[in-house]
Amino acid sequence: MDEWRRLQPRKAGPYRVVGQPLPKVDAYSTVTGRAVYADDIMLPRMLYGGLLRSPHPHARILSINTRKARELPGVLAIITGEDLPRKYGILPSSQDETALAIDKVRYVGDPVAAVAAVDPDTLEQALRLIEVEYEVLPALMSIDEALAHPDIKIHEEARTGNIHKAVSYEFGEVEAGFAAADYVREDWFYYEGNNHVPIETHACVARWEPDPHDPVGGKLTLWSSTQTPHYVHREVSKVLGIPPSHLRVIAPHVGGGFGGKSDPFSHEICACELARRTGRPVKITCTREEVFLIHRGRHPVKMWIKTGLKRDGTITAMHFRSFLDGGAYGSYGVATTYYTGALQPVTYALPAYKFEGMRLFTNKPPCGPKRGHGTPQPRFAVEVHLDKIAADLGLDPIELRKRNLVRPFSRTINGLRITSCALEECLEQVVARSGWREFQAARPAREAEAERRFSPVRYGMGLAVSTYICGAGKPIYWNDMPHSAVQIRLDRGGGVTVYCGATDIGQGSTSVLAYIVAEELGVEPERIHLETADTTLTPVDLGSYSSRVTFMAGNAAIQAARRLKELLHSAAAERLRVPPDRLESGDGCIYSVDDPQVALSFEQAVQLAEARYGALVSAGSYAPPEDIHGDFKGAGVGPSPAYSYSACVALVAVDSETGEVKVEKLWLAHDVGQAINPLLVAGQVEGSAYMGYGEALMEQQIFRKGRHKIPSILDYKIPTTLDTPEIETILVGQPDEEGPFGGKEAGQGPLLPVMPAIANAIYNAVGIRIDEVPITPDKVLRALKAARSEPGERPLPPPRVTPIALSEPWPARLIRWSPGHAGLAEQPLKLMNGHRQYQEQGESTPQGAATPPSRLPQKGGTA
Amino acid sequence: MLRLPPFRYLAPRTLSEATRLLAEEGPAAMPVAGGTDLLPNMKRRQFTPAALVGLRRLHELKGISGSPEVGVRIGAGETLTSVSTHPLIRTHYPALALAAAAVSTPQLRNAGTIGGNILLDTRCNYYNQTEFWRHSIGYCMKRDGSICLVAPGSPRCWAISSADTVPVLVVLQARVRLVSVRGEREIPIQELFRDDGMRPYTRETDEILSEIWLPPAPGWRSTYLKLRRRGSFDFPILGVAAALRREQDGRIGDVRIALGAVASHPVEAEEAMAHLRGQQPTPALLQEVAALAAKRARPLDNADLTITYRKQLTPVYVRRALDLLLGAEQGSGAK
Ligand SMILES: Cc1cc2nc3c(=O)[nH]c(=O)nc-3n(C[C@H](O)[C@H](O)[C@H](O)COP(=O)(O)OP(=O)(O)OC[C@H]3O[C@@H](n4cnc5c(N)ncnc54)[C@H](O)[C@@H]3O)c2cc1C
Ligand code: SF4
Repeated sequence: MDEWRRLQPRKAGPYRVVGQPLPKVDAYSTVTGRAVYADDIMLPRMLYGGLLRSPHPHARILSINTRKARELPGVLAIITGEDLPRKYGILPSSQDETALAIDKVRYVGDPVAAVAAVDPDTLEQALRLIEVEYEVLPALMSIDEALAHPDIKIHEEARTGNIHKAVSYEFGEVEAGFAAADYVREDWFYYEGNNHVPIETHACVARWEPDPHDPVGGKLTLWSSTQTPHYVHREVSKVLGIPPSHLRVIAPHVGGGFGGKSDPFSHEICACELARRTGRPVKITCTREEVFLIHRGRHPVKMWIKTGLKRDGTITAMHFRSFLDGGAYGSYGVATTYYTGALQPVTYALPAYKFEGMRLFTNKPPCGPKRGHGTPQPRFAVEVHLDKIAADLGLDPIELRKRNLVRPFSRTINGLRITSCALEECLEQVVARSGWREFQAARPAREAEAERRFSPVRYGMGLAVSTYICGAGKPIYWNDMPHSAVQIRLDRGGGVTVYCGATDIGQGSTSVLAYIVAEELGVEPERIHLETADTTLTPVDLGSYSSRVTFMAGNAAIQAARRLKELLHSAAAERLRVPPDRLESGDGCIYSVDDPQVALSFEQAVQLAEARYGALVSAGSYAPPEDIHGDFKGAGVGPSPAYSYSACVALVAVDSETGEVKVEKLWLAHDVGQAINPLLVAGQVEGSAYMGYGEALMEQQIFRKGRHKIPSILDYKIPTTLDTPEIETILVGQPDEEGPFGGKEAGQGPLLPVMPAIANAIYNAVGIRIDEVPITPDKVLRALKAARSEPGERPLPPPRVTPIALSEPWPARLIRWSPGHAGLAEQPLKLMNGHRQYQEQGESTPQGAATPPSRLPQKGGTA
Repeated sequence: MLRLPPFRYLAPRTLSEATRLLAEEGPAAMPVAGGTDLLPNMKRRQFTPAALVGLRRLHELKGISGSPEVGVRIGAGETLTSVSTHPLIRTHYPALALAAAAVSTPQLRNAGTIGGNILLDTRCNYYNQTEFWRHSIGYCMKRDGSICLVAPGSPRCWAISSADTVPVLVVLQARVRLVSVRGEREIPIQELFRDDGMRPYTRETDEILSEIWLPPAPGWRSTYLKLRRRGSFDFPILGVAAALRREQDGRIGDVRIALGAVASHPVEAEEAMAHLRGQQPTPALLQEVAALAAKRARPLDNADLTITYRKQLTPVYVRRALDLLLGAEQGSGAK
């Protein structure tokens, strides 16, 4: 208990449930193996489905012959591209996928045919019997190759070469900013792509229930390990041509997602179609290799950054360019491209900022959102770049950062509204807790001791700070409806059932709903029954992405619960002869605050209220406020009702003879506002630290001869428990005025500072810079050997990021915008109560939707 | 999940029954001990045996007995966990305990045996891939194809000997016993290996490895260092086994150094050993010895990390292993 008390933010409200270190509501079923995941589902007469995937990174399909496979006994259906020709994609602006390839395959793993058979062995045999004739095309496997070969087109639809999306923005007066600088520095960085590696591989079961009386012919149910049942619902309905009313998508227990289960997938669509054709349930479970091929993971990004500063460290201007390796399809890539630029001004108060981003198609598995979605790469670049600047200017890296931190309740140069912000406190906390200053002061003594003992090991500490959104301010498809809704039903026995589309992928969103409703209604969380992530039973929640669920579903739940509480209190007030505003709910009772003896049990109150008002059902919903972003095209990526902040200090040990890096400890301070459950927050912080550690030092989705080089979790390196460093979580900050009970996000933000903190610590230890992650021991050793080489020796040059030289101007029209133009910056911030009712929402439709429907002209889009 | 190909499973109760089954079934049958190497390989279709002869129940393959004075016998069916925790081995053959404990993960060490480790299939990251992957890139000669994808002009396969215990057993001068219906033979462990990634063992398909014999240990110190990326799971990308005995006056009476994961077989560093034998160890001499040993490492681009890196680390690991055996006072660490 004490450990968790320590983690409590200072100003917790007088809550009974909120802020308590309770176990997750599904903890027992999960750890005892009782929880049902998609692959656990077995239905009578179920068939086994699978996909035949392309063996070539880029090829034209000349013919597909399924005859031999069809003739194999036990094969019930085979479909190919023509059977599902309708295009889809998660973003309305990137509808570039088909469930099965038509004409062309674009990466090794691109699905070509799907089979349903009576058992897995027959399935495997049938897949082998399908004959596909290909004409192999040259493959483009990197950003540089994609830029160098506009003649080899991966998508005919791309307007210029293989450029999927290019954007260009200038906020404030950038040239003037650089002119005013005393010092300007430029750097190139590269962030290698990586996969989410969820422990549960993707799986789904589809069931078709025919009904000859129904003009549609029947109803379809899909159980799938997805983070976004609502979006899957939309896309499956579209591709299959089944009205949404006849389709039900359910996410059962999901064994981790991290962004990898946020797209609609070919295997989901094919399972549905195979089920419809055979009239029997069909299951498709992906192998680990298929998870690497489905991917949608972290984009490899090459970055160039230029910053101007005053001698005292005040930033005068920043120019940032990103080149994203998108892989073969759009996925979330347009949003990712924006995200590589959007949050720089949310961490540091930049007076002038220019951002140019470009995403390229390559013949690799499509990239998409992974924890931190498009922001870990620039965060790495910015934080290492600033560290170099601090060294150049002889400034303390902490002071340099402090001088530029974004301030609470301000407006950024790119128009984003900042409310609660404890970034400075995060920074101070990690510095104090890690003993940073003492560590740096003791360096000479430590080095002398290492020399004396002939030890090749050197220690270093590095630091970085970051920001993340608490939910995207805009939905993925343009609409004016709530982002999240919750319904609650009370029954006479005192039971409480909560319905919400929110999808628990292990992060604990279902538990958070239980805590919040329990707090509001004054009952214990165990009493609450939860129905979640079911497009038929539950109202829409957009999904588990962009760290939005606690904030948005939480606010919707508070609203729904308060509506019921009002009814209960008014019925109880009458019976107890106490004015309703003198009543409180707690410990399963409704009682008078003036005399707690005057009380009714929760059940009694429910029965009185039901007698008086009829069935007790309520709904609540949430949409983010409007006034949180600028009014330029593309302003829809970046705004959020609140931002979380983090700071990290890493302590590393570098073996200077072998280049091996050991992270000894990570200190992570995180501004989560009010922790709804500090235990779950600490879990997210630790999970982030662990993932960040892996990305910094080992994870890489790399290719050889057009193929994923290491598509197994033996060869693709993620840290084991033995590698994972000690992690100290420090929760800071004040409750956010709009967050549910003041809560903010914790699922992604704490990841962001970890990679640059480790990179900076390596520099601090041995004086070398590796400007590309992962920082593998071979790169470290190469840099060390280059730095130490004696005259006469000819070591390999240190690893360097090769710059991209563009022969043409940036392929997007520059959009210039300043807060002054819109008059936003001058306005005092209106703070609304977070749980704004949906009906109150204004009509204003900013042009800044992340992903405007494709029919809108795309200003500033691809040239 | 990948699925096993169809096969028959035979479960003999005695060694003689097992050898008889292997002989009867012919080369299409394979023995299986812990299955931690063979079964994953079968799922990826590197092997598609018609029958597996299970060795689990054979009491003849069990037991660790003996003493440092007369030597120790280890049943080939003993798990890596029991080898790494056995007091006799930990005290008198510490390199073997270290190597066994460095294999993969606790779960796999509980199932995997020392016999299976010795006969681990050679590895290559063009080969240890699924059937889909190998089909996609075009099969190599080790299975289903005709060329080597790492060294396309090469007439042979360079898959890597990757078993942790093997270089250790070489420096300990272990002997192994092979049993078949045709009789028994006991050979020095070096003779079990061939410098050939495709046929890395001289074991005949009807032979069962029944036991490992370690010679007496007095006066010997031994150690094993493993290069890998993570603290668990990973196969070695370099293994250095070293054993030595010192004279009264501090000179090196005898020394043995073997490298794992640098070739298709465990590699003994003869030149390096000869350079050190009979000498007083000094930091400079140890550097020379390490450099000589490293000459034997010729990695190819078919394992984790870069060739240069694996090559550069060989002398560092050899010197560190010798430092460990000579005690800290030698202090030949980095300047
Ligand atoms: C994820 C993973 C990581 C691993 N990491 C390592 C590692 O770091 N280091 C390492 O050395 N190994 C590693 N391994 C490989 C393996 O787990 C070990 O080598 C183990 O010791 C193999 O023993 P086994 O009993 O399971 O062998 P099996 O799989 O049963 O057999 C292996 C081979 O030996 C043959 N065989 C087995 N016993 C006999 C016998 N008595 N007589 C004749 N033939 C026999 C089999 O026919 C087969 O060809 C790893 C495996 C996995 C899956
Ligand atoms: S070394 Fe060559 S032949 Fe041997 S497994 Fe690797 S690619 Fe195949």
